[in-house]
Amino acid sequence: MAEIVGVVLALVGALFLLLASLGLIRMPDVYNRMQAGTKATTLGSILVFTGFAFLSPDHWPRFAILILFVFLTNPLSSHALARSAHYQGVPAVIPGKTGPEGTSRDDLADAKAAKGGQT
Amino acid sequence: MVDTLALVAGGIVLLSIVIAFIRFVLGPDYMNRLVAFDAMTIMSLSVIVMASWFLDRMIYLDVALVYGLLSFLGVIAVARFGEGEL
Repeated sequence: MAEIVGVVLALVGALFLLLASLGLIRMPDVYNRMQAGTKATTLGSILVFTGFAFLSPDHWPRFAILILFVFLTNPLSSHALARSAHYQGVPAVIPGKTGPEGTSRDDLADAKAAKGGQT
Repeated sequence: MVDTLALVAGGIVLLSIVIAFIRFVLGPDYMNRLVAFDAMTIMSLSVIVMASWFLDRMIYLDVALVYGLLSFLGVIAVARFGEGEL
């Protein structure tokens, strides 16, 4: 019974990973691709680890460490990627508008304007 | 039954790595390639965990942990390098 539950969890996690890679192909923008490529892979890999922890229950502490590691580091790397892209001025694609001025709020541009254009 | 379904899950994860590699090749600038690289490393963590169960060598779980740590540090380093602060 535990093996059936584990295999079903692993299959659902693998489907989440497939959806993440399809989002990497189909999304129009760096930021949208980042969202598809980090959030969905976090959930998918956590589901795969949980499923294989059900399949080999003697080694659950290592799986717990892996799940905790992915849960902590994947949002951190996503944040670093988004910050790097925004600091380099990679434009966001808004439907109907073009360029970074299409976004409704830009704290980095406001901070640069407050410092007098020097950074 | 269980072995077949686990093989199907492994095949789906390998297919998703191949699809992410298409974005890695196509990507217009290097930020797209870095995002695709990050997704590919996280997916290959799942492949290493599956290999540890298929080959019945649980020492590969430690390999997966160290691999994830190194890929995380690499992505952080390249992202900070893109900002010009490194």
